[in-house]
Amino acid sequence: MAAIMDLRVERKAQLDLRGGEDVVRLRQAVREHAVAVGFSLVDQTKIVTAASELGRNTIQYGGGGKVEITIVTDGARRGVRLEFTDEGPGIADLKLAMQDGFTTGGGLGLGLSGAKRLSDAFDIESSPGKGTRVVIVRWKAR
Amino acid sequence: MERIPILRMGRFLLVTIQVDMHDQLALTLQDDLTERIVADRAKGVLIDISSLDVVDSFIGRMISNIAGMSRVLDAQTVVVGMRPAVAITLVELGLDLAGVRTALNVEKGMALLQGSTVA
Repeated sequence: MAAIMDLRVERKAQLDLRGGEDVVRLRQAVREHAVAVGFSLVDQTKIVTAASELGRNTIQYGGGGKVEITIVTDGARRGVRLEFTDEGPGIADLKLAMQDGFTTGGGLGLGLSGAKRLSDAFDIESSPGKGTRVVIVRWKAR
Repeated sequence: MERIPILRMGRFLLVTIQVDMHDQLALTLQDDLTERIVADRAKGVLIDISSLDVVDSFIGRMISNIAGMSRVLDAQTVVVGMRPAVAITLVELGLDLAGVRTALNVEKGMALLQGSTVA
């Protein structure tokens, strides 16, 4: 986990996540960063889709929050790192929340597990009453 | 209120999604289509998603819902034009759109609807 917290940052943007329109803006901003790093079309689509899932979670379950989009480097590797934070109710059982098909909101239960599958690195911290922080990184394929 | 237009072509309804939809817009489309199937006595729905560069679980669920609702209302749904990168991502996300008929483009989708519905 320290590994994805201590990357060199090249470029940074921050967006508020309050409503559905913000998820559209998030997708556009993540796409721009992925293009700037030189991601293939498939890799762009994967990180934008993961961002869409996590951004919706921040709004729907976290009561809104923010996302920080950064272009990061680790030696010769370049990638896009996304950090979603909210100060919502938190997740009581992270293991359960990460399972495919588990949902408390009437969705498909693919948000967290799907976003993890679409990322190269995934980290989540949450405690009841204190909110949730999710960090993902996707590296440009070499 | 912002809406995705629904066109009628004979017994079929045609929807081309050309904007990056926020969730409420997707839900409105789902409701509008369900009402139009009944109001227009439509036998088929063709949804063209060739302009969409992302289909996440919410939009995927909307597509499944539309297919399910139209089936219950005696209409067929065909989704056409999914981009390869979207298809790869959808499956990795964990969605396979089970029960949703697909075709490569509008022409093939129309042929599929015409072949599977009786006048």
